[in-house]
This record gives sequence, C-alpha cells and structure tokens, in this order.
Amino acid sequence: MAPGGDIPDLPTPPDAVDRPRVGVDEWVAQVEERRDRYTGLAGLTRRIASVVPAPVRLGLFVGFAATLPLWMGRGDLFTYGIFTLLYALLGLGLNVVVGFAGLLDLGYIAFFGFGAYFYAELSSEQYGIHWSAAASIPVVVVATALLGLVLGIPSRRLLGDYLAIVTLFFGQAFVVFVNVGNPTVAGKGLTGGPNGIADIDPLDFFGYELTSRAQQFYFLLLAVVLVLVGLHFLSESRTGRAWRALREDPLAAEAMTIPVKRLKLMAFAFGAGIAGFAGCIFAAVLTAVTAGNFDLPLLITIYAVVILGGFGSLTGVVLGAIVINVSFQFLAPENPQDNARLLFYAITLLLLVLSVRPWWRLGAVVGGIVGLGFVIQLLVEAVAPSWTGGPVVEGGRLAGVVKEWVVITPPGHGRFGSFAYVGLVVAILILTRLRGWIRTVAVVPVVYLAAVVWENSFVEQPAVARWILFGALLVTLMTVRPQGLLGTPRVEVV
Amino acid sequence: MDLPLAFNSELATQLFVNGLTLGSLYALIALGYTMVYGILKLLNFAHGDVYMVGAFVGFGVLHLFGGPLSPSIAVALLITLMFLGAMLGAGALGVVIERFAYRPLRDAPRIAPLISALGVSFFLQNSVLLLFGASFRSYDSFVLGSAHPEQFVPGPLSDAVFVVNGVRVQLVQILVLAMTLGLMVALTLLVARSRIGKAMRATAFDREAAAMMGIDVDRVIASTFLIGSMLAGAAGVMFGLLFSQIFHFMGFLAGLKGFTAAVVGGIGSIPGAMLGGILVGLAEAYATGYAGGRWSDLIVFGILIFVLLVRPSGLLGTRAIQKV
Repeated sequence: MAPGGDIPDLPTPPDAVDRPRVGVDEWVAQVEERRDRYTGLAGLTRRIASVVPAPVRLGLFVGFAATLPLWMGRGDLFTYGIFTLLYALLGLGLNVVVGFAGLLDLGYIAFFGFGAYFYAELSSEQYGIHWSAAASIPVVVVATALLGLVLGIPSRRLLGDYLAIVTLFFGQAFVVFVNVGNPTVAGKGLTGGPNGIADIDPLDFFGYELTSRAQQFYFLLLAVVLVLVGLHFLSESRTGRAWRALREDPLAAEAMTIPVKRLKLMAFAFGAGIAGFAGCIFAAVLTAVTAGNFDLPLLITIYAVVILGGFGSLTGVVLGAIVINVSFQFLAPENPQDNARLLFYAITLLLLVLSVRPWWRLGAVVGGIVGLGFVIQLLVEAVAPSWTGGPVVEGGRLAGVVKEWVVITPPGHGRFGSFAYVGLVVAILILTRLRGWIRTVAVVPVVYLAAVVWENSFVEQPAVARWILFGALLVTLMTVRPQGLLGTPRVEVV
Repeated sequence: MDLPLAFNSELATQLFVNGLTLGSLYALIALGYTMVYGILKLLNFAHGDVYMVGAFVGFGVLHLFGGPLSPSIAVALLITLMFLGAMLGAGALGVVIERFAYRPLRDAPRIAPLISALGVSFFLQNSVLLLFGASFRSYDSFVLGSAHPEQFVPGPLSDAVFVVNGVRVQLVQILVLAMTLGLMVALTLLVARSRIGKAMRATAFDREAAAMMGIDVDRVIASTFLIGSMLAGAAGVMFGLLFSQIFHFMGFLAGLKGFTAAVVGGIGSIPGAMLGGILVGLAEAYATGYAGGRWSDLIVFGILIFVLLVRPSGLLGTRAIQKV
C-alpha cells in the first residue's frame, strides 16, 4: 500500500484462497522477523505463549493436573484425567515420528497394542507369569523399540506414501493377528482372540502396588512429565535438529551429510518405545486388553491430538490431548448429553465470534439465527404440527430453550434426521465457496440447520457423531491451517 | 485348518472362478487408486469408502423400486439402474471430495493431503453409520442362490447357477466378469484414444508443462476422480450382488486390498492395476480355500509388504527416478 493511501487496493481475486502460496516465502519473512502482528484473541494467546517460557508452562500444567485427584470423583478421574494423560503420552510418541522426523506412520497404534499385549503376557494369569512392573516395563519398552526398528528397516527404501501404506498394513495385520490369528502357544491361544487377555496385574514396583485411580494418575503424570522433558531436550539436540532437517527436505539433508537412514530408524524406534510404554500403563490400568482397543479409531484420535496442537510442538500435543479427550468424553454415550449440547452451542458461538466481524454484523448474524429458529418453529407449528414438538433427548439446562427454538421431529419421521444431515453437509460445502456478504447471510440458515441436525440425530448417537466430527476436523484443519494451532507454518520453497 | 491331502482339481477350479470374480472387484478399485496416484501422486485413502457409498446407493435404488423380493420393474432393468445410480453417485462424491478435501492442498507438504484423505475416509464411514445404522444391509434374494441353492425365489435371474464339471458358476459371477471386462476396455480406449485421455496422460507426465500447453489441469484431475470413483461405485454394486451383505465398514478392507492390487501391478499403470487386482483376488481365494479364512487377510498383506520390499515399482511399473 503506497503512503498516503490514495491508490485503492486491488480487488481480491475470487479464488484467492485456493491459490498456491508459491513464492510467499514465509521462512525468509520469519527469519527477518517480518511478521503480521496477530490481532484479537489469537494474537493475545500467541503473545502470552511467547512470553511464558517452557519450564513455566510445564509447571502450570503439572500444578493444575496434580490437583485433579483432590476434587474429581474416581470415574471422572479415570475418563478425564488418566485418558487425557494417555493420549498425551501417545501423542508425544507419534510427534517424534510424524512431527519431528516427518514420517507418516499409520501403524503407530500397533506399537501401542504390542506394548499392551506384551505387558499382559508378562504380568497376568494368561501364562501364570507375574513379573513386577519394574522388570516388565523396561523389557516391553525395549522390545517395542526393537519392533519399531524392524518395521523401520523397510522404510529406509520407501518414499513417503509407500511408508504410510506399509505401516497401515502393519497396523491392520497386528489387529487381524491378535483378533483372528491367535496362534496356539504352550497349549493356549497366545492373544486370547476376541476375548483378549484379562486379569492383568496392576503396576507394582518393589512390592508397592498402584491400585487406586489417584496413584495411577500420579504415576502417569510423572511418566508424561519425564517424556516431555526428555523430548524437549531431544528436540533441541543435534539429533532433533537433524530430524527437522530431514522432515523439511530429505534430499537436502542427505546432501548435508546427515545420516538420513539412521535417523529415520531412530525416530521409529523412539516413537515405538514411547507407544510401548503407554501400552504397558494402559494394560495395567484397564486390567484387560482386547484387539478392538487398538484399531483405526484410536489411530485417528491420536492423529487428531497431534495435528490439533501442531506437528512438532510439545505444548501443542498436551493441549491437543486435553481438548480432544474432553470433547471426546463429552460426546461419550454413557455421559449426559447436556454437556455435549453446551459444548456444541459454545463452540458454535465462539466460531461465529472469531469469524464474523465487525461487531454489528456479528450481532445481526446471531440475532438472525435466534430469530430464524423461532420463526421456523412458528411456521412448522402452523403448517405441519406433527413435525415438531418431539422430546428433547436428555434435557438438562438448555432443554426448555431448545424445545422452543429447534424443530425436533417426534419419532415416526425416521428419515427427517438423515435428510437434514445430508443437507447440512451439502450446505457447509457450499458455504465454503461463498464470499462476501452472501456468505454472512448464508451462515444464518446453516447454523440453524446444524442445530437441527445436532438435536435430531447427533444427540441420539453421540458415539457416531464424535467420529464424524473428528473426521471433519482432520479435513478442516488440513485445508485451513495445516500447521495446527501452535505449529509453525511450513512452505515449500520453490 | 484342514489341508486337502491330494490336489483336488475341482476345488482348485472353483477357487479360480471365485478368485477371478473377487479379483475383478479389486481391479476396479485398484484402477481408481492408480489413476489418481498417477496424476496427483496422492494416495486416496477415501477411495475404499467411495466404493462403500456406491454399494449403498445401489441398495437405495434397489429399494426405490420395491426391494429385492417384489421389484416393480424387470430385474435386468433394475440391475442396470442400480449400476447407473451407484456409478453416478460415487462419481459425484469423488469429484466433491477432490474439490473440497484435496484441491486446496495441492501445493501443501505431502503429508497434509494424506491426513485429509484419512479424515474423509473416517467421515464417510461414520456418516453412513449414522444414516443407515450398524446392521448389515442386504441385497437379499438377489444373491441368486449362492448361499442357499435350495431356496430359490422364482424370477428371471434367480435360478441361474451353472454347474460345469462340479464347479458352480453363478450368473452374477459371469455378469461381474463381463462387466469388468467391458469397463476395462472402455477405460483403456478412453485413456488411449480420447482427447480427455490424452490430457490425462499429459497431466500425469508433467502437470505444470500440461498447464502451460493450455490443458485445464483442474478439469482433468476432476474427471480422473470422476472416472475412478465411477468404477469403484460399480464395484460396490457388484459386491452387493455377489455377497449380498453390505455395511459401513466394508470399504476399508476392500480399499486396502485394492491398493495392494494397484501396488502389486505397479502404481500408476492401468494394465498393472488390472493384473494386480486379478492376482490379489486369486491369492485371497486360494488362501481362503487352502489355509482357512482367518489367515487370508494376513497373506494378502504379506504379499504387499513382500512386493514393496523386493520390487517397489510393482510388476508392470517403471522404476521412478526422483528429480531434484
């Protein structure tokens, strides 16, 4: 923009979003500190994050986490506390492979499963072996890391996509092997087939058993902190920098005499070892393992954890684990849907606040959405009263408002929810293509439609809904912000 | 696991027929993988789920016309309509996926579209789960007597099992084989002779150069997705007709095997995908017949890993040279 500002801006081309960003060399801009000042909420978060050093962040996290057992019930501590830490641990391991070294490992969950099963073999009634956790955990971790090494060996020859598919096959082969294969060893099925292995010993160290949820939680917290600190130093070390060089450009890294093959193997072994460690804890805390625990959904969840936070960012992984697990548990079928409903409306509102500016336009949009709801409700009641007035699934705090505002069809109009869902998907896709004021106007009916779909079909099947949302989250994050929330953007330098 | 003591030629021939049918399904899926990979160097993980959606669209058309027990139009016409509907539906889905999940990422780091594809796959699976539920949906008595030959429902196609020297061949199997052959010939001609085929080959060879020669690359890529997804949709209906039961998760394993087929044949090569599909189908049929069903998937995966390690470019592929 010229000084004085008398030259008008060029109009934005309609396809500006889709244009490749070739030539926009963000790396140069970053080095020369020519960066946008982020404004609003995002800018504030960023500035806070850049001021607070890593040890303080860790201290805050640990300090907060350590109080959880004091005020949470046993069940909540299990679903919210222990699982968040497990996801964080798994995410940290995956972050080494995908985030640091840039290897797309889709068989990662198999290492987790291998660790869990191996621990179960060593410390349960299955074969009557009862090793102490102090002995079996190191053995399992080393064995899993070795398995990672073995799987990594072909990866030296394979380029990116082939690696992804071989590891995916490995993961799938593991599930099939454990579930269906179940070879007979020493007169017993090795893995227990679909029943898995039950009655696994609790974590025990030198005669001291960790049986209560609080003890397990603190042990897990200690494990996460150790891994976090270790990875922090690893990522700043020579090896860590070499991994990042490898991730950015393997060929250039090789030309700089970085031992690419050895580093790839190391990344695999490291990630696998952490996954095996997480597997031990998982097996001991759940006291039973089955093949279903180690299938595709968990892989997607862990990828969502790592991607949400941003590849290569340790803080990001922990934040991702918290966000993903909390939203995951809100959408769990056994928990009251009231929480999920609150979360849905809160996130919708937050997204509107973040994306619609200035404030009067935001006010108009929100007002429009609320008004539209009541108008449609009145219309439907006048024209086809049998289509509305269905019961609000699992009422709660918002039930009264929701009943008056959203059209909820009573049972008997079975296909309505399905058509609304398909309509919503199409509407959202169209919305991404619209620009300018048309888009702002179009947001109103789309958000209302989303609420209708939520109240009519998602609330009834929260388990399915959360997987749909996770899938959509991966696609959206990749297309909108591939670097995740805390990652640094990477551009292909041409 | 009861291994046959003597080589049983009847069983072997039966497995050959089954494997050939299964293989043509895999070949049709593999074609979609291989075409997209050839042109975009992208592994379209969602392809298996496009195939699954194709099967469900076929199911929808079937029920639109009265269901399998009391079809309101001639069975031959109904089957044609099912194939048409599934191919159009799957094709449109493929184009939409490309437009919204892959095109914005065309110049992103390679890992981004792969994860996006994973997300699309998961999204599609669970959307179908939400819409149709977790139970198996059935093409029912369209099985044409494969499972229970004694329960024939009278109808023009339903008693159509030929027995030749003790080998049972269903009419549906012949239909599948003939249709696969037809589609493959059509595809080969399209790629080799037509204008859009020429544009596809040019784009696969060098996208930027093709764009500079005035080829609308976006349109070419969209039509590649359209054709690949149409083939997958047809394969979905074929699966329904052959095995009668469809469910939301069927695309994952079929996609993996289709991908195996594409890699075995040499990814990027169209005749390779056809050959690879048949080989994987035969391998699975023989593995099921001789080693038991529970090992067949592991054997197929083993083949893939072995081929990738020994000959990463596949049987008919050319060794890729990396340009710097």
